Amino acid sequence: MWGIVVQVFPYAIAFTIPLLITALGGLFSERSGIVNIGLEGLMVVGFFTGALVIYRLEAFMPGSAVWIGLLAAFVAGALFSLLHAFASINLNANQVISGTAINMIAGALTVYLARNITGSGNIHIVHGLVRKSVPVLSRIPIIGKLFFTHTYATTWLILAILLISWFVLYKTAFGLRLRACGEHPQAADSAGINVYLMRYIAVMISGAFAGLGGAIILVTYSGEFNGTVGGQGFLALAALIFGQWKPLGILGATLFFGFASTIANVSQVIPALTRIPGILLKTFPYVITLIVLVIFSKTSQAPRASGEPYDKGKR
Amino acid sequence: MPLVAGVLGLLAGAVLMAATGNNPFQGYAYLFRGGLMNIERIGNSLATATPLIFTGLSVAFAFKTGLFNIGAAGQMLIGGMCATAVGLTFMWPKPLLLTVMIIAAIIGGAAWGIVPGLLKAKFNVHEVVATIMMNWIAYWTVYYVVPAYFKGTYLETESRRIPYAASLKVSWLTDMFNGSYINLGFFLAIIAVVVIAFILERTTLGYELKAVGYNRHAAEYAGIRANRNIVLSMMIAGALAGLGGAAFYVGYASNIQIGVLPSQGYDGIAVSLLGTNSPWGVFGAAIFFGLLHSGKGFMNAMTKIPPEIADTIIATIIYFSATSILIERNWDKLRKRMGGAK
Repeated sequence: MWGIVVQVFPYAIAFTIPLLITALGGLFSERSGIVNIGLEGLMVVGFFTGALVIYRLEAFMPGSAVWIGLLAAFVAGALFSLLHAFASINLNANQVISGTAINMIAGALTVYLARNITGSGNIHIVHGLVRKSVPVLSRIPIIGKLFFTHTYATTWLILAILLISWFVLYKTAFGLRLRACGEHPQAADSAGINVYLMRYIAVMISGAFAGLGGAIILVTYSGEFNGTVGGQGFLALAALIFGQWKPLGILGATLFFGFASTIANVSQVIPALTRIPGILLKTFPYVITLIVLVIFSKTSQAPRASGEPYDKGKR
Repeated sequence: MPLVAGVLGLLAGAVLMAATGNNPFQGYAYLFRGGLMNIERIGNSLATATPLIFTGLSVAFAFKTGLFNIGAAGQMLIGGMCATAVGLTFMWPKPLLLTVMIIAAIIGGAAWGIVPGLLKAKFNVHEVVATIMMNWIAYWTVYYVVPAYFKGTYLETESRRIPYAASLKVSWLTDMFNGSYINLGFFLAIIAVVVIAFILERTTLGYELKAVGYNRHAAEYAGIRANRNIVLSMMIAGALAGLGGAAFYVGYASNIQIGVLPSQGYDGIAVSLLGTNSPWGVFGAAIFFGLLHSGKGFMNAMTKIPPEIADTIIATIIYFSATSILIERNWDKLRKRMGGAK
């Protein structure tokens, strides 16, 4: 069993990290009161932007192209999410319809542009990130082998963002204000908080994080933009709910989903796992999300004003 | 108002074509010629529109009860899988086989729709999240069931081809349209439009469903069982999308692919919005989108414009439908100002 864990671990973590950062983005948005089901599309935008930038730059600056690509994806995600912010904050549009439109526009537009650029609609990058061992720490017995060898730099980056996000949301005035906008925007407004501004910032954070998540898929395990992230944005949404809108809950949920998906992917190769049908492992995250929603239906931790347009006149 | 969203969508498409160095007028000319040039292409446009009529009806029907069915893709997939399974298993004469296949598609789709309906009615679980989860459960179910039981002759990623007896394509129709993809699904779709219009406008059930959609509490106060109607509405929406699955997988296509959530599910949202949630509006909008989709290949062959332009236009129309409040508000303002000037 231990052997399997060690074998599967690096893949599971590689799969978890894009989910984690995207779900964290969703956390900011929903905590401010805006439902963002456009996470999938925003990931695709980051996936595409990262691929395009790295594809163009890797010949001249092989060392830094990957990081510039990640940064570009971060910015592109934030910019693209403005479409959703504008529709749902300024125009009181139905946030679910707007999010769906984001998903569809992203999926179609990026492939359209990619075809204009490469002809095939796929953008292949030559160099992604290389797995490295953390000096010193990797020599710790057991833990060192498991956590600190063959890791991607992005994994540590995202874990740092997780910590910072937790700190910002729960330990700063900004975080308190942001959460207030998602619970009772009218009260927040009467306390002098600019609800519109807070929600704009939150949606842009969700876009930036999702964009980064999409680009991390590219530079770690995919290596090629192909127009879709295969439902990972929706999986991130499921993790957000399973984690009950809390940073540590999200970490647990994404790790769980990461392992479940990885085990399903490798179960054919590892004899001990062939007994578990793949269909169970693959549908598991979605089934468990439905079950969690039922269990917590009375005591849900969902932000109370999430999904509702802000109406100043309402009391 | 939907007209404005449609026009804006086409304009956005034109801007995108121009921005990527193509001539939008030429692009649209080839796009529409590709969908309408001859009888075969017209048949293909109608065949492409057929699943969209079903998914559009599905989304629109749930909308009437105030529910957002984002799960038409999953319901369609399961409906298609059930129809394919029956079609590949039994060797019955065509009329009997098709009837059973269609019933199987209805049951499969309805089962996929009833789960979010029950969760909404009993536990107040938001139907958007529930239907998204059901989509991916459908995706992985098909991913594992099809290769296990109906594996294709050459490819692992698709089912075996269904025999002629199990296809909604019939030779007289195919011949009439010069070998096009058009099939009996199109007539089923017209029947569905008529039936749904009848249910919504002329029956107590339709009245109750709409009452729950307008105001759940008021409806309950008037003695309407809101929960029962929510479940029923999602069940019927699922059945419609399931029929769309039959129209696509055993009508337009002749096998089922794994690893793809059908795009018609999300396109159905656009169809429903553009058709203002009315059955005949849905019919018109679906034909329009069918035209865009079936003409894009020809446009791509004649110009350098990638076929994804059609999907971009449809997606943009959804965005403009969602934001139409702004357009409406400014339009009213403008009209008032004009009126004041007189």
